[in-house]
Amino acid sequence: MNEETKFILKKLVFYAFIFTVVAWIVIPIIISTLYGFALPKDYYDPKKILPTSFTIKYVKTLLITLGALDGIKNSVIVALITIAISFALGIPAGYAVAKFIFPGKDTIKLSIVALRMFPIPVMAIPLVILYIRLHLIDTLLGVALAHTAMSLPFVVLITSSIFAGVSKELEEAAMVFGLTRLGSFFKITLPLALPGLAAAAMFTFVMSWNEVFVASILTLAHRTLPAQILSIMAGASGGAAPDYYKFAAAFIMILPAITFIFFARKYLVTMWGITLK
Amino acid sequence: MVEVRLENLKKYFGNGKVKAVDGIDLTIKDGEFLVLLGPSGCGKTTTLRMIAGLETPTGGKIWFGDKDVTYFSPKDRNISMVFQSYAVWPHMTVYDNIAFPLKIKKHPKDEIDKKVKWAAEMLPIENLLDRYPAQLSGGQRQRVAVARAIVVEPAVLLMDEPLSNLDAKLRVAMRAEIKKLQTKLKVTTIYVTHDQVEAMTMGDRIAVMNKGKLLQVGPPTEVYLKPNSIFVGTFIGAPEMNLLEVSIKEKENGLVLEGTGLEITLPEEFRELLERYINKSVIFGIRPEHMTIEGVSTLEHVKRAREIEGTVDFIEALGTDTIVHARVGEGNLIKIKLPGHIPLEIGSKVKIVVDLDNIHIFDKTTENAVI
Repeated sequence: MNEETKFILKKLVFYAFIFTVVAWIVIPIIISTLYGFALPKDYYDPKKILPTSFTIKYVKTLLITLGALDGIKNSVIVALITIAISFALGIPAGYAVAKFIFPGKDTIKLSIVALRMFPIPVMAIPLVILYIRLHLIDTLLGVALAHTAMSLPFVVLITSSIFAGVSKELEEAAMVFGLTRLGSFFKITLPLALPGLAAAAMFTFVMSWNEVFVASILTLAHRTLPAQILSIMAGASGGAAPDYYKFAAAFIMILPAITFIFFARKYLVTMWGITLK
Repeated sequence: MVEVRLENLKKYFGNGKVKAVDGIDLTIKDGEFLVLLGPSGCGKTTTLRMIAGLETPTGGKIWFGDKDVTYFSPKDRNISMVFQSYAVWPHMTVYDNIAFPLKIKKHPKDEIDKKVKWAAEMLPIENLLDRYPAQLSGGQRQRVAVARAIVVEPAVLLMDEPLSNLDAKLRVAMRAEIKKLQTKLKVTTIYVTHDQVEAMTMGDRIAVMNKGKLLQVGPPTEVYLKPNSIFVGTFIGAPEMNLLEVSIKEKENGLVLEGTGLEITLPEEFRELLERYINKSVIFGIRPEHMTIEGVSTLEHVKRAREIEGTVDFIEALGTDTIVHARVGEGNLIKIKLPGHIPLEIGSKVKIVVDLDNIHIFDKTTENAVI
């Protein structure tokens, strides 16, 4: 084998690998989107690969009759409260971890991550009991608090890596030229960190949007979208839901995630601590 | 414009384990350009940051005139600083960067405009005012940083290795410009660098630091010609000062420096200073440019000289200068810097002429200069 064929072969293997990975992710998304609007006879027809006739009937029924729209509204409210609380707590923590050296810093960082090691089902019963006692059960605030607990570690880690990317000297310059530390945070660091923070907010949003377990056990009447869809799919309508609702539901669930990636991919790299310089 | 006085200034890190700055006393005169010179980790930047208020001293005091500013926050000190990384804010235009300190101090708008234009003209960067820092080269960003520092007309201007990120050519040009600017503005300036050439060319006085201590303060030529310790002597000057271990002997024609392969009779006036070193080891120091090779070139203004014998070991031709590495006795290698191109053959025997008025003798244990 000469060098050239070797090179071409290498490239081929490389692209085949890339193709497989991309297909693995993209095909279900395409199928869910297409089938969400397709008529069932199209995807039950063995001779057809792609559906040809479409309807918005199932998506509409799901949204309006089956209450997915309320679920979306609840999900948005929960996600926004989650972002607000987790950012109010997470930004100062992230800033401290990024900019200061203090005793126990590594332990704190580790325990922040370790929080995520608890399997939530283990805490389910105590959580429900606690929520009943605090009258938080079946409230959107309650779900948002639980989601905050889940997303806070990520918010701290992500914001700290964003703040670490803003050089210390930029802030010190602001302090030398007349601002307090707090002032230089708001005038210099925050504006510079804003794109990254926006991405972190979107990330938190999607995390809360997708969360189904906690939302299901903590709510009954005020369900977020995933919890609502789960109950539609698995029993509220008596037995499993028909396939066309499943596809429609999948489409509704995927939409925000895709929108998020579309806007945030530029900043996602920063989020994981690889600062683009 | 103010006099800055450091009084036994200290900064310890890690519960006193690391003595970054270990008791510094230094007065920087009103309008003076003082260079803090030292190797990395010597505490010069920490000292500067304490003067800026970005670091709280562990002990000691900082005076601006008759005001004790030791615990003032940076914004209350009326200082400016040029940072090593320029620290030009990337989300503001050049204009806004320069105007920012004035805006914070709530100057009227037309005054801000006038001052920004003035500072931009000084550098000169008037044509860059609308740009963002990302659109500028390193040298231009540096100018913006300097413009921002002078626009507030600070009492004290602090510079932390401002030229170290520039390429060699630009550095030389900026060196002269900053010095000229400072002379024009007459602002008390403290300039931190590890580059001895910057220190020599820019400073009214140089303060040499090492390991958190201030070793010597004086005008550049004084620090260069009369280093008070081995460290100062070798840190300033390129190539480095030659150091040889010798002993002082009493001979019939006076005191003699005796080492392997060399014997230098010392003038009588050194006797008093060297009396207690007779029959003891000392370190003999001589700069490469304070020697010459007989028959090749002559040292100007040399009143008294001594000769030692050596063998040419290696030659570095730099174009403007030639550095001759010569072997003296067993194992002693000394460098001699001669102007111009010197055609010498490797292995040839030479007579090295030593300028007696520029020799240094250091105590072996304290490493302090005796002569």
